[in-house]
Amino acid sequence: MMHRPGNAPRGGFGRPGGPMQFTKGEKARDFRGTMKKLIAYAGRHRTAVIVVFIFAILSTAANIVGPKILGEATTKLFEGVMAQLAGTGGIDFDAIGQIVLIVLGLYLLSALFGYLQGWIMANVSTDITYRLRRDIAEKINRLPLTYFDKTTHGEVLSRITNDVDTVNQTLSQSLTQIITSVVTVVGILGMMFSINWMMTLVALLIVPLSMAVAGLIISQSQKFFTQQQDYLGHVNGHVEEMYGGHLVMKAFNGEASSIATFDKSNGKLYEAAWKSQFLSGMMMPIMMFVGNLGYVAVTILGGWLAVQGIVTVGDIQAFIQYVRSFTQPITQLANISNVLQQTAAAAERVFEFLAEPEEVAETTVPVKVSQPEGHVEFQDVHFGYSADKIVINDFSAVAHPGQKVAIVGPTGAGKTTMVKLLMRFYDVNSGAILVDGSDIRDYSRSDLRNLFGWSSRTRGCTTTRSWRTSAMAVRARPTRKSSPLRRPRTSTTSCTRCRAATRWSSMKRLPTSRRVRSSC
Amino acid sequence: MLRLARYVKPYWLIVSITIFLLFAQANFDLALPDYLSRMVNTGIQQGGIETALPEAIRQSEMERVVIFLTATDKAAVLDAYTLVTPDSPKAPDYVGKYPVLAEEPISVLEALDQPAIDAISPAMAKALLAVNGIEEALADPEKAAEMADSVQGFDLSRIPAGMDVFDLLAQMPAATMQQVTAAMNERFSALGDKMIVQAAASVVKAEYTALGVDTDKVQSDYIINIGMWMLGLTLLSAACTIAVSYLSARAAAGVARDLRHDVFRKVESFSNAEFDSFSTASLITRSTNDVTQIQMVAVMTMRMVFYAPLMGIGGVIKVIQQDSSMWWLIAIAVGVLVSLIATVFTVALPKFRMVQTLVDRLNLVARENLAGLMVVRAFAMEPFEEKRFDKANLDLTAVSLFVNRVMVIMMPLMMLIMNGLSLAIIWVGAQQVADAQMQVGDMMAFLQYAMQIVMSFLMVSMMFIILPRASVSADRIADVLEVEPAIVDPAKPQSFGNRFAGLVEFRNVSFRYPGADEDALVDISFTAHPGQTTALIGATGSGKSTIVNLIPRFYDVTAGQILIDGLDIREVTQHELREKIGYVPQKSVLFSGTIESNLRYADESASPEQLELAAEIAQATEFITSRPEGLAADISQGGQNVSGGQKQRLSIARALVKKAAINIFDDSFSALDLKTDAALRRALHQHTQASTLLIVTQRVSTIKNAEQILVLDEGRIVGRGTHSELMNDCEIYREIALSQLAQEALA
Repeated sequence: MMHRPGNAPRGGFGRPGGPMQFTKGEKARDFRGTMKKLIAYAGRHRTAVIVVFIFAILSTAANIVGPKILGEATTKLFEGVMAQLAGTGGIDFDAIGQIVLIVLGLYLLSALFGYLQGWIMANVSTDITYRLRRDIAEKINRLPLTYFDKTTHGEVLSRITNDVDTVNQTLSQSLTQIITSVVTVVGILGMMFSINWMMTLVALLIVPLSMAVAGLIISQSQKFFTQQQDYLGHVNGHVEEMYGGHLVMKAFNGEASSIATFDKSNGKLYEAAWKSQFLSGMMMPIMMFVGNLGYVAVTILGGWLAVQGIVTVGDIQAFIQYVRSFTQPITQLANISNVLQQTAAAAERVFEFLAEPEEVAETTVPVKVSQPEGHVEFQDVHFGYSADKIVINDFSAVAHPGQKVAIVGPTGAGKTTMVKLLMRFYDVNSGAILVDGSDIRDYSRSDLRNLFGWSSRTRGCTTTRSWRTSAMAVRARPTRKSSPLRRPRTSTTSCTRCRAATRWSSMKRLPTSRRVRSSC
Repeated sequence: MLRLARYVKPYWLIVSITIFLLFAQANFDLALPDYLSRMVNTGIQQGGIETALPEAIRQSEMERVVIFLTATDKAAVLDAYTLVTPDSPKAPDYVGKYPVLAEEPISVLEALDQPAIDAISPAMAKALLAVNGIEEALADPEKAAEMADSVQGFDLSRIPAGMDVFDLLAQMPAATMQQVTAAMNERFSALGDKMIVQAAASVVKAEYTALGVDTDKVQSDYIINIGMWMLGLTLLSAACTIAVSYLSARAAAGVARDLRHDVFRKVESFSNAEFDSFSTASLITRSTNDVTQIQMVAVMTMRMVFYAPLMGIGGVIKVIQQDSSMWWLIAIAVGVLVSLIATVFTVALPKFRMVQTLVDRLNLVARENLAGLMVVRAFAMEPFEEKRFDKANLDLTAVSLFVNRVMVIMMPLMMLIMNGLSLAIIWVGAQQVADAQMQVGDMMAFLQYAMQIVMSFLMVSMMFIILPRASVSADRIADVLEVEPAIVDPAKPQSFGNRFAGLVEFRNVSFRYPGADEDALVDISFTAHPGQTTALIGATGSGKSTIVNLIPRFYDVTAGQILIDGLDIREVTQHELREKIGYVPQKSVLFSGTIESNLRYADESASPEQLELAAEIAQATEFITSRPEGLAADISQGGQNVSGGQKQRLSIARALVKKAAINIFDDSFSALDLKTDAALRRALHQHTQASTLLIVTQRVSTIKNAEQILVLDEGRIVGRGTHSELMNDCEIYREIALSQLAQEALA
């Protein structure tokens, strides 16, 4: 029997699983290129994937052939009954028993293959997902800061989560679905033809009909789905803004207007939501109806043909099963191109990110300084965050060891920029910065930064205990290898230095939530 | 989940209609296999002939048939038929249908209801079969020999030639006749009633052919008729589904909309304490993601959760009706399936939940890395961060793999069980058909029902994955909705009155943050007079911001009172209180829109002159006019497209638009350089003569001319007075001032 629990949502992780997601028609800019890259990325799993393909085909094939052979059992049964009535014989249980055993064997094989290919695919997709995430995370640390000036954190995070998830979903589920759907359709067609060409033609008439209907519903529901996404974005944006600025909102008695704005977007969201939900929900029943139309037509024709003796009763049974199972893979295939496009779009974003130009490479022969003196010199430095806005113009200065140099100026003059250049968060456009006589580009970045102790006015805390944040600074200073400071602190009572640095007492007055998670 | 049950109430009507429609749909869907079996049984096997009672029968045949009927049956049968002769007035009506009427008389069946038909059908069938058997034996000597063997004493070969067997039989004494009938019946008894009717159908078909009826047409008519019924059912079923889809979409989206509204409203009413206890990020997720989850589940529930049991129960009823003894097969299959699913999910469900947590953790690590990118690089902590991420990644990967593998096992196994079930049904069904307990068509129908029952169980089990996830979301939302804000308006609020001076008094105020170990403020008492500047200065964490945050009632004091114009601020509504206060927070927040919309946030009805004046005082005019759009210039979300200093100045301008009697500046000049700071203070002093100014700062130069300076240390006031007084009396103040002396001299 080919009833596939296709209605049941796959137990996805983190994803709200559901029946077909008729989701936004995102298109990749370079579909082929991205797909090639994806295939190349999965390179090491090539054999595994081929095995998966083969197993999937075998598994589906076994499932398809089953009903036909089973139909022969019913035919034998039918013939046996007729013979019994006529008194000429009885039901041939041997033959039926044989058929049942063969089919059982086929189903067992199908299950086995299905399991194996799923297992392998799980390994492959999980590995690829892991590597993609890791590569993105490592890439983040190699990208120049200029990249992050142009891109919001949200976008980068979206690569790691949403985009990698999409690719993962496709690999682990949709890919094999594609294969099984194609094989199913082709196989079923073949089976149907082998039974009777007339009935097959009738059944085939459903196909253009169902594709047309599917296409119509998809395009209509997509319209509303895009709308829904838009309004969801509005609502979410408003929520984020209002929650983020809660204090200000309260201070200026802005609740009423905030709620009014929210209600407007919420109302529009409601409209778009139910419409898109309705339309995509119609897909299943309408496809089933079209399928049933075929079912009925085939039954009528089959009955007539059986009377003529052209087909057997068992054939009809098998044919009906095939017809009922025909519409589902077709619907899946209709959705496939959508899925592939989405995946390509997601993969494209990931690969684009991974291909971003990195920070200027480290020199191969870094300068090493055993006893840093602390002589800093700026030589004709020109720099701008963006090409058209130069912030530092022709700057030259010297700081001698032991001197205390102050940098003052109005806001936006370039004070913090100077420090960032010194720490080589950005590279100068022209000119040079020298430390102890060597261009800072000749040092390895970690060596260079180890020379500096830096305290910033803004952020930089993590969700570790606050004391550890300050411990980071302490640990980073170049000390003797055996220094106790080199050992990572694990006790909850911190060292005296940390107590002093973070005003331990003031922390006790903070509300607990801020104490444990010092999110800045 | 139940905590949110009240949100479904407005939609009870829709939900009831949906259930009703689903019930109807289930019935339609279950009737389909019925029609399929009829198609096979009656349409194909019986040639479209439904009962053993022919619609018309040649009189000659009829006379032969009644020989084999008991007296009562004979009476009943003859009652049911009307004789029509070729020359009878009714003949023309029937001759078209039964051409043979032109030559011989026929008996036509009157309209009878089903029970009546069922009553005489078996007897008629047996009689027809008997007649048929004899007629065949007459025609075929082989068959005659067979009959001689099987029916005692009925050796047709012994009948003298020229004699009509039936005449003989008709004249036989009743007792002998009974014997013969009994012997014949024995042969048929093995077949069972259903089979007898089936067998008789072919006899009836032969009779029809003899009558001149187009039997092929009868058959195809029947088949098409059934087909049309099936089509009609399908149509109705589809109509139901579409209606259900519409209703469920509306209801689910409606519930989601209501939830979103209520959650948002609730959170907007939160005070700072509640915001701290959840976190901003968590609140955002609860207002958005979690609601979406509920919406998805609501839709699925209405479609699947209601439909599946209806299907299952309906299928079970049909199976029972069919009186089949194969139900135990279904029971076994369901049992195995359910235990499989139960095992898998006991094992896998906790892991499912873990995945969500691990995804959050991964996000968190990545977000922190991004937020503190410069710090990470400054301290060369990249390897540390990468290791942290890798751990989170590995954890997530491990659990994902496990979950994936579990799902991979499930699918093939479930398919196998279902397929195995259909095999078992066919095997056992064959036995049953052989024993004449069941017809082939019935077996096929049973197969369909079995599949539907199993499928419905499957769907119900699938629900057990979805619901927990939604349940988590529901709990998170309910947590928010059930919170009672700590800061509420009094039952009988008082009012400040028309002449509002703005005298702020702290009386023995102590304050402890919720969940903190120690008081943040201890015994604070002071008065801020209208027309005067009261400054608060002290080291980081000494409690300055805390004090001013208490005035707009962002938190409530834990001891003591805060009075404005003699009225405890807890006695007035928060709305009225905050109308009187212009507040500039430590961290400037601008909303997306334009500069103008941000300024008007304080007062929608402010005149353009008011806006200009406020901007001038805040030293913001210069950069506003430097932009081509001026006041209409865009501000992006979070004020990203303006510098820190500009944000602060706009923040200040916004507060000034309000023209409030009390103005609070919480470290609001920190991003301004000293020149701008001084200019701002001068302008402020000029234009806010009558209002109460409270300024929190780290810079001595800002407050040198304040009428009252409060020095704070670890939550207590350790110094109070003017600048010169404090320079003499307060050591801490002196220290702070002297450390800033260089800048002071420049101001």
